[in-house]
Amino acid sequence: MTRRPVLVPSFWAVAAATAVATALLSAVPVARAADSRAPEKVVRGKYLVSTSGCHDCHTPFKLGPNGPEPDMARALSGHPQALVMPPAPQLPPGPWLVTTAATNTAFAGPWGVSFTANLTPDADTGLGQWSLKNFMDTIRTGRHLGRGRAVLPPMPIPVYNNFTDDDLEAVYSYLRTIPPISNRVPEPLPPAQATAAK
Amino acid sequence: MARVLAALLAAAALAPAIPQTTDDAALPEHLSETGLFADGSSTQPRRDVLGFAPQYALWSDGADKRRWIRVPTGAAIDASAPDAWQFPPGTQLWKEFSHGGRRVETRYIERQRNGRWRYATYVWNARGDDATLAPSRGVPALAVAEAPQGRYDVPARADCTACHEGAATPVLGFSALQLSRDRDPLAPHVRAPAAGDVDLDALVARGLVRDLPAALIQRAPRVQAASAVERAALGYLHANCGHCHNRSDAGVPVQLTLAQSALDPAASRSETLRSTLGVAGRYRTPDLPPDAALIAPQAPERSVLLARLRSRQAQTQMPPLGTHLTDPEGLALVERWIRQLSSTVEEEP
Repeated sequence: MTRRPVLVPSFWAVAAATAVATALLSAVPVARAADSRAPEKVVRGKYLVSTSGCHDCHTPFKLGPNGPEPDMARALSGHPQALVMPPAPQLPPGPWLVTTAATNTAFAGPWGVSFTANLTPDADTGLGQWSLKNFMDTIRTGRHLGRGRAVLPPMPIPVYNNFTDDDLEAVYSYLRTIPPISNRVPEPLPPAQATAAK
Repeated sequence: MARVLAALLAAAALAPAIPQTTDDAALPEHLSETGLFADGSSTQPRRDVLGFAPQYALWSDGADKRRWIRVPTGAAIDASAPDAWQFPPGTQLWKEFSHGGRRVETRYIERQRNGRWRYATYVWNARGDDATLAPSRGVPALAVAEAPQGRYDVPARADCTACHEGAATPVLGFSALQLSRDRDPLAPHVRAPAAGDVDLDALVARGLVRDLPAALIQRAPRVQAASAVERAALGYLHANCGHCHNRSDAGVPVQLTLAQSALDPAASRSETLRSTLGVAGRYRTPDLPPDAALIAPQAPERSVLLARLRSRQAQTQMPPLGTHLTDPEGLALVERWIRQLSSTVEEEP
């Protein structure tokens, strides 16, 4: 197997989008009344979600008058269920490594295809049934629910693992307050099923 | 720079982070310091260390396994909740993995005085006279000629907790059901108990298991099933899947029950069937037809559960960690059971 030089333009695109999205999202209101038991925690969670790039991948992008922008009507609902992705193009040998959907919610690379998760508290398709422990175990271990498959790129688990337990609890608390959106994100595809025919 | 980016991507995908909860310094550096073997021996367990053999085995790429437990002197296991035994502080368990007669690794768990469990694994040296504490990140692809494909993955500490902390108790394979004298003759990969191994009756007789409900002393725990094949298949799923897919508070929030109960085997069987037969689930791949179900009676080709047991692709395989190879004998058993299933399966056996 020949090791190819690697360059990840979509990675940089994500990084650049982070700055744009952070500015855009700084004014996003908490959509529901804050948890009366721990309003400070919810406010803190909203701040962390808004400044840590969560929307960049978990909120689908749409094309606005000034270019791609997060579609806040679908905030944090992950890859749109209705957007069935065709097989990812097979990249030629060379420095291109990753292909990204226009929504910035699906990513094809050597690991297969990953789709960003629905983080809203919808019981059937989001995190509605996740406990705080499920959420923290996922971030702390880099495994789905702390027990299953590895969480896939571009989710920056090594970065988010630097959150304190209080930070993670705040993020979780905030995510419980946003509007639930029914959106069943597809399971990731393994490499063999990710690309078009050779 | 390119290498750094590649490493970032690989790290995000493949290297689960390690919880910073274990005090490595406090763990013995060598297996010989854990109290498993008698002084001066690397093969003979101490007199208060008891061997045991669960009736339903976890598939581990064909490794031969031996298991031991030590309960502190004067203490006992509280079995009043027969599916969630409470182990006294100081309880130690070991599991030794071998390939081709060569000891590769011995895993160790211990309940500490504060009630928390700690996990370690020890890698045997070439002389076979002791084993050394593995790093908390494990040892991926350790070269072991006798192992399948010549490689062996020593698990990371986080891998230990991924399985052991998903059930009602972190001790897996040492339970009323697993140690029942009513052993399942169709269970795959069974290692017959060795001389001196303890079963449930012996543990009760020695006073090491206390407060077990009388009904389970009179009637040996057994998987309830409509047939011998179903009994073995449910037992196999219990041992290989039930530590995550169970109804305890520690299980994953997925509506799927594959753990069987010693206390109420009829209820756990019913819950397993209710949560699998004809249930669409959310997992789909192009390999599966649109009408696939977690288990499609008489149709293994439409059964998601079997497809995931057959997969060894990192994103889809079940169990999600611990193996590189599928288990032909286990797969054949589960497929045989699915082919036997009928619409009357919900009836009490």
